[in-house]
Amino acid sequence: MASLAMTDSLPDSTRDAAFPGRLAHHATTDSLSLETRHLSRTAASKVLLDDVSVCIEPGEILAVVGPSGAGKSTFLRLLNRLDEPTGGSVLLNGQDYRSIPPRTLRTRVGMVMQMPYLFPGTVAANVAFGPSQRGATLPAEQIAALLDRVGLPEYQNRDIHTLSGGEAQRVSIARTLANAPDALLLDEPTSALDEASIRGIEDLLLGIVHERQMTTVIVTHNRAQAARIADRTMVLQAGRLAAIGPTSEVLHDC
Amino acid sequence: MIADLLNHLGGNVPVGLAQAAGAIVLCLAVIVLCRRFAVRVEREALVSIARGLVQMVAVGIVLALLLHGSLLVGVLILLGMTIAAAATAARRARNMQGALLVCFWSIAAGSGVVIAAMIAMGTLQTNIAMLVPVGSMIIANAMNACAQAAERFRADVTAHVGQIEAGLALGADPAVTVAPYVQSAVYASLLPRLDMLKSLGLVWIPGVMAGMMVSGASPVYAGIYQFILVVMILTASGIAGLVATVLLRTHAFSSAAQLTLRGNAPAGLAAVQQT
Repeated sequence: MASLAMTDSLPDSTRDAAFPGRLAHHATTDSLSLETRHLSRTAASKVLLDDVSVCIEPGEILAVVGPSGAGKSTFLRLLNRLDEPTGGSVLLNGQDYRSIPPRTLRTRVGMVMQMPYLFPGTVAANVAFGPSQRGATLPAEQIAALLDRVGLPEYQNRDIHTLSGGEAQRVSIARTLANAPDALLLDEPTSALDEASIRGIEDLLLGIVHERQMTTVIVTHNRAQAARIADRTMVLQAGRLAAIGPTSEVLHDC
Repeated sequence: MIADLLNHLGGNVPVGLAQAAGAIVLCLAVIVLCRRFAVRVEREALVSIARGLVQMVAVGIVLALLLHGSLLVGVLILLGMTIAAAATAARRARNMQGALLVCFWSIAAGSGVVIAAMIAMGTLQTNIAMLVPVGSMIIANAMNACAQAAERFRADVTAHVGQIEAGLALGADPAVTVAPYVQSAVYASLLPRLDMLKSLGLVWIPGVMAGMMVSGASPVYAGIYQFILVVMILTASGIAGLVATVLLRTHAFSSAAQLTLRGNAPAGLAAVQQT
């Protein structure tokens, strides 16, 4: 992975404006495979995830579906290490993620949550938040390029309280992309949106993920959405892996 | 020592108990009145009244026994009070790991620094008759500041779990994600003491000043002394609130920068101690 420290010192002309931290001539992100080995989590004597082993190839989109309480969000939170596995582990390109500092891990494996959870202030401040945590300043043109990419041109100075739900989720996506992650975790990113916004966000995510070849895991309760987006689909039931395979086959069988 | 105690039990103690009974009757009348408005605090009020009376009589007996004790005895009494204060404050910081120790260290830091400074400045004598009552006032205020800071911090963090985790997921330092809540917790712990200082002499004349005047001290000096005491209480509260919040902030996250203070989060998101 091209480190931010290295790319931050490069002249602006060599950067991909919409993906700060990446070199412009690179067509895709650095390849990143995500693998879980016997991943488990138990909290308060309740088994939330039980022995899930799956390998997500670089550039692949994996949908995680299942009923409420099946462990979908737990699985995603464990991939971002927002929660700690009580068993098993996650490997990034074969490296146990416990050997990676959590803050570094989370910039490499970006996460878009169900709710946007924007920070008080302007849209630009939100987009620049991630890089600022590493002491880097995101130039105004890169912020503008990211907002252009998520369909919010000229939104830099808008206060977040003036945004609609769909706009806020787009800002949240731009904010995650500002860290130039190698993988993207999407936790029901459209569940709080109306139908028109859902398709807009889906198209946006698909476009970004395909152009960057980002390894992506999307949690969704919407099987039609999984069918539209995912290469493979994994079904969780009661915390256990019930099925995994090409989306059309898995959704047909279940 | 026993002779001292017997000496103190005579005189106006029976009168004091009778006066206390009068005060309790008036308080009970208010509790009955509250009941008419569906405010049911009978049990809590009765327990508090009984505890308060027993505790104060016990403290009086202890002080009477130890009135001529050394500085070490005074320090031990204050230490005992600090432990009791920590246990009380820790109840407000429920769901937080290590709350008792956090409260103990913050109250000890706040009151310890201030009591030592007052002794060094000559505004507090080391005899038990003065050290313990004034020290207890400072410890009690440090306890309230600690409890208010802990309660506010816990409430703010558990109300903003999503926002905090959004920051963590973007690679933020845990301290950055809770900075607004640290600020509001420390402010909340200071506010009552700041109001106390503002209203000093205008709205209320504190007990120490009244006591000094009754004992024949100059009203001007009594006023200045009371001002010093309230400023010191504010100082102790500031230290206690700051130390408590900073320590609780540390306890709110695991070593892997995961938010472990989650209040009543759904079971699926409940915190688990790292193995």
